[in-house]
Amino acid sequence: MSLSQVKPSSLEQSVPIHFPHWRHRTYAILGLLIASGGVVAFATTVGSVQIPFSTVWRILLSQLPLVDIAPTWLSTTETIILEIRLPRVILAGLVGAALAIAGATYQGLFRNPLADPYLIGVAQGASLGAVIGFLLPLDWHGMGFGIVPLLAFTGALFSVAIVYNLARVGKTLPMTTLILAGVALGALWGSIVSYLIITSGEKMHGIIFWLMGSFSLSQWSEVKVVLPYVVVGVAIILLYARPLNVMHLDEEQAQQLGINVERLKLVLLAAATLITAAAVCFVGTIGFVGIIIPHAVRLVWGPDYRFLLPLSVLSGAIFLILADLVARTALAPTEIPIGVITAVCGAPFFLYLLRRKKRAVFF
Amino acid sequence: MVKLELQSVWLAYGGNVVVKDITFQVMPGEMVGLIGPNGSGKSTIIKAISHVISLYSGKIFLDGKDVFKIPRGDLARLIGVVPQMPLLPSAFTAFEIVLMGRNPHLGLLQYEGARDLAITWRAMEKTATHSLAERRVGELSGGEIQRIVIARVLAQEPKSILLDEPTANLDISHQVEILDLIKNLCLENNLTVLVALHDLNLASQYCDRLILINSGRVHVQGTPEEVINSRNIREVYGAEGCVYAHPVNGLPAVLLKAGSSKHAKPGDAIKGV
Repeated sequence: MSLSQVKPSSLEQSVPIHFPHWRHRTYAILGLLIASGGVVAFATTVGSVQIPFSTVWRILLSQLPLVDIAPTWLSTTETIILEIRLPRVILAGLVGAALAIAGATYQGLFRNPLADPYLIGVAQGASLGAVIGFLLPLDWHGMGFGIVPLLAFTGALFSVAIVYNLARVGKTLPMTTLILAGVALGALWGSIVSYLIITSGEKMHGIIFWLMGSFSLSQWSEVKVVLPYVVVGVAIILLYARPLNVMHLDEEQAQQLGINVERLKLVLLAAATLITAAAVCFVGTIGFVGIIIPHAVRLVWGPDYRFLLPLSVLSGAIFLILADLVARTALAPTEIPIGVITAVCGAPFFLYLLRRKKRAVFF
Repeated sequence: MVKLELQSVWLAYGGNVVVKDITFQVMPGEMVGLIGPNGSGKSTIIKAISHVISLYSGKIFLDGKDVFKIPRGDLARLIGVVPQMPLLPSAFTAFEIVLMGRNPHLGLLQYEGARDLAITWRAMEKTATHSLAERRVGELSGGEIQRIVIARVLAQEPKSILLDEPTANLDISHQVEILDLIKNLCLENNLTVLVALHDLNLASQYCDRLILINSGRVHVQGTPEEVINSRNIREVYGAEGCVYAHPVNGLPAVLLKAGSSKHAKPGDAIKGV
């Protein structure tokens, strides 16, 4: 009897429907969604000025439509919450989400556990753009942001565009060529950046601080610029979760299972590159999030991209909000670059997850 | 039900021609074997039919339609492929791998429904892999992976199945089990089956017709009796094989003899005589 001739009802009874652990992972998504809301509120509460948790909640809720709470707090308190802390927390969440999902996407496309969002030259291109921005004797501001993020964003996209065109062979894009071209061009940008830094004189401190990442100057105008890229990019990548699973086999099998491999690579590389460029252009090339968050999610909830991608988005957001919280409070009033915190706090946790498995890690 | 037709197909990697002027047909409900030495072009032919590599010249038709003009998603509902020694990502479970066979049946905004899960589960039962469903692929043996990939092709529900050495990693009981399964599917569902095989005895037992390829050209095609004989084996493989009638069903069976290759020392040739 052919499989397709069997009545669906009789088939369903024969399946132990519980076992693909999907319900479990769906609860994990819901749980992290609630947790991320809590983390936003918590991170907004903590800071140099003591503001009670209840006041923070009431200020946040009063901003929602249809909620009417009479203000019992000082207007300066409201300004601290809404204009200083909240945009910073939201931007950290957006950047964490963007880097985590971009990392997961690159790891799937390249079938390489070492892939991260900066693999094919985004970070080095952004750094070069930013450094040039710092050194230019210009003080241009437009559309809510300055010359540094503009050149960082342009540099990131420009760099990947060059790598893409170098690696293309006819109508196909061999991924190994793409990685090698990205690494080589990244090294070239990196050495130019190093040279520019040592000759930058008094601007050196600002440049290095940018390269290690910081949310210290975050504003709503920056959130408004980053948000659309991240929302659209994440939505596109989530749409391709199942094809990414199939792509993880290898390109030949993916084609034989009906995937238009070249189009998939182009769409996903474009989406992941755009959200990475948008994420780093204001806050610098923050490391560690993009490579480790997807692996941590894999270790806990498995490699299925339909769950891996949304869980990475939420975990990345929560992780970077908390890392930024440590960065601004640990040595207050001094800010620690967030790139330092992500690895210092993240690496031990990840190593704990690795050891907990007690067997070889699969990818 | 689809008819597969290759018309004077030439295939090349770069400028290196590996398949020369191949013409054959496979009818619905027919199981045809591709046999020939290593490097003769069997895998390349299977890759071309599934549109993984492009043609140098010639035409491949599926039910009269040019395979290279069928969109990939549609083609994957018509042709399923079991690759030779497939690499699978080690972190996925066996069930997740087999479920990927449903991909060509689902749109971008669709998720696998109860029916897809059920078809996947039934495909795993048929290949006796359902007990491995929750195991990670990295923990499985070569033979188990081979059966999982065959389950995936069943879950794909294609009209035609191409298999590249499906028995290469299997012990003899699983070889027979898998080929019995494919043969049954072929007959019951009128599938068009093309299978590349190393093992001439299995090819003789299971295939309705055989195509013997030698350095990219069709040496001879026909029934197992017409293809498997001492002369063809000597001409293509350069080895001296003794062909007998199978004691049960009379199909040709090949028995090899030590010392029949060019590496043999003169003394070996008479061993056992």
